[in-house]
Amino acid sequence: MATVSITRKVEFSASHLYHNPAFSPEENRRVFGKCNNPHGHGHNYVLEVTVKGEPDPATGMVLDLKELKQILQKEIIERMDHRFLNYEVAELAGQIPTCENIASVIWRLLEPRITRGRLDRVRLYETPDLFVDCYGEGAAGGNGGGAR
Amino acid sequence: MNLHLARRYKFAASHRLHSSTLSEDENWRAYGKCNNPYGHGHNYVLEVAVSGAVDPATGMIANLADLDSFVERAVIEPFDRVYLNEDVPAFRERVPTTENVCIEIYDRLRDFPHAKLERVRLEETSLNSFEYTGDSGKDPR
Repeated sequence: MATVSITRKVEFSASHLYHNPAFSPEENRRVFGKCNNPHGHGHNYVLEVTVKGEPDPATGMVLDLKELKQILQKEIIERMDHRFLNYEVAELAGQIPTCENIASVIWRLLEPRITRGRLDRVRLYETPDLFVDCYGEGAAGGNGGGAR
Repeated sequence: MNLHLARRYKFAASHRLHSSTLSEDENWRAYGKCNNPYGHGHNYVLEVAVSGAVDPATGMIANLADLDSFVERAVIEPFDRVYLNEDVPAFRERVPTTENVCIEIYDRLRDFPHAKLERVRLEETSLNSFEYTGDSGKDPR
């Protein structure tokens, strides 16, 4: 049976700011630029979650997209949508909520919840021109084997 | 975590697909209207992906300001609003197909000092794009 990737896309809107308390005000401004604005700013994030696996011969599905939608709703949307990421998302506490760190948190939240197929990629768009791909802790490509 | 940070850039340029090793007829057969002697232009969209460890102090693989200024200097400045065949020395000898432009851009970006270049993807139009991940023989990503 062929291995297939399926991708589900969801959106959430959230605010954040970049600030490292270990940096001086000047250093924060220099490193983070306008993202250091003390009152924060927001984005419409677009999240694409890709699950890879062999379709179940009985259902023709890698996993039930309805189930994936529910997982994304519960784990990500309810946690992050219309939130100030620095203050309201416990998993990001003590981290700068960059696209890199948010994508890593999303990977950690989703991976244990995907029980059919395997989480292959988390792609998070902060704007249409900026996104991060997370492949988990695996080797480059994160497919757990094979020449990649 | 294995993470790739990707950023999109835009430049507008013209080119003509014409190979000096082919006859006039062969050029026309190979390149069709792209062989038009006066050239034509595109709005190119360039996607650059880099990887590396996330710095705990900044939460970043690489500072976007560093990536932006590097790409701006290495690619956007020399490629934007130019005739690729004449204005970019590399394409005086090499046909500026989007494949070759993609490889040239990869070579110009591979020495980005703050993260590892993973891939260069170049959209010639919204309908066709080319991706180059270097000559490592690995699949994209």
